[in-house]
Amino acid sequence: MIRYISKPHPITGIINSKLGVWCFLASEIMLFGGLFSAYILLRTGVTDWPRGHELLNVPLATLNTIILITSSVTMVMSWASLEMKNLSKYRLFMTLTILLGFAFLVVKSFEYGHKFEHHHFPSTNNFYAIYFTLTGLHGLHVIGGIVVNLYFLLFGIKMWDKEPKQFAGRIEAAGLYWHFVDLVWIFLFPVLYLL
Amino acid sequence: MSAHSQEEVQRQVKIYIRVFLALGILTVLTVGVSYLKLPLSIAIAVALFIAAIKSSLVAAFFMHLVSEKKIIYAILALAFCFFIVLLLYPSWHLM
Repeated sequence: MIRYISKPHPITGIINSKLGVWCFLASEIMLFGGLFSAYILLRTGVTDWPRGHELLNVPLATLNTIILITSSVTMVMSWASLEMKNLSKYRLFMTLTILLGFAFLVVKSFEYGHKFEHHHFPSTNNFYAIYFTLTGLHGLHVIGGIVVNLYFLLFGIKMWDKEPKQFAGRIEAAGLYWHFVDLVWIFLFPVLYLL
Repeated sequence: MSAHSQEEVQRQVKIYIRVFLALGILTVLTVGVSYLKLPLSIAIAVALFIAAIKSSLVAAFFMHLVSEKKIIYAILALAFCFFIVLLLYPSWHLM
């Protein structure tokens, strides 16, 4: 049994679930850091790297940026609703977060579909290789976040009656992950689409 | 962050809304700047500067890093050092 999941650990001053998620996010920084490093290597290694807006759809990506930022706000609002003991508001904001996550994926799949229609694949050139790798891995993270959020909306919510503090801690931890996914996109968007 | 009073949470909600507006404005700004067709080095500097502000806002307020415990800052500082090494590594041959 994991201890200190509803009250802070006396040494660290935080609950263990939050510590665990932050350690995981530190490893995620390295995962995406390695790929950003690969991007820099590929781009500085050639003289003619295409500007993102010449090949990619900037308006659609801007829409997706707004969608993901909005979902971060609804995610933090779902946690704040729990802190204010308002379960129906939690349900509302969590549902919105999940729907916005799906909306992001729908827009992304339109983008991917458009690329495939024009026979642009990861094997086409280095630009598309790193574009599909970075956005694909990011998309997988969005799917993972949706799965976790769906669990906390449909099944995990039972914990609220018995252990409200622990449940709020879980939502805060899930939120940290979701905000990180948003944070990665905040860098992916200008790097791939605008520069 | 844990164990808040209702007023405290309501105060934070107001901050979340302001951060949301700031993130929206900065997104429009970074897209707008990209249409100016600035020289690449300046465009990179501007885009990364705006992205850094946006990510700081998300990390500070949504991820509650403005008021977090030391151990989390320590973990992040360590990860950040290695992250910087990763980003500089491909350009070492240029220096």
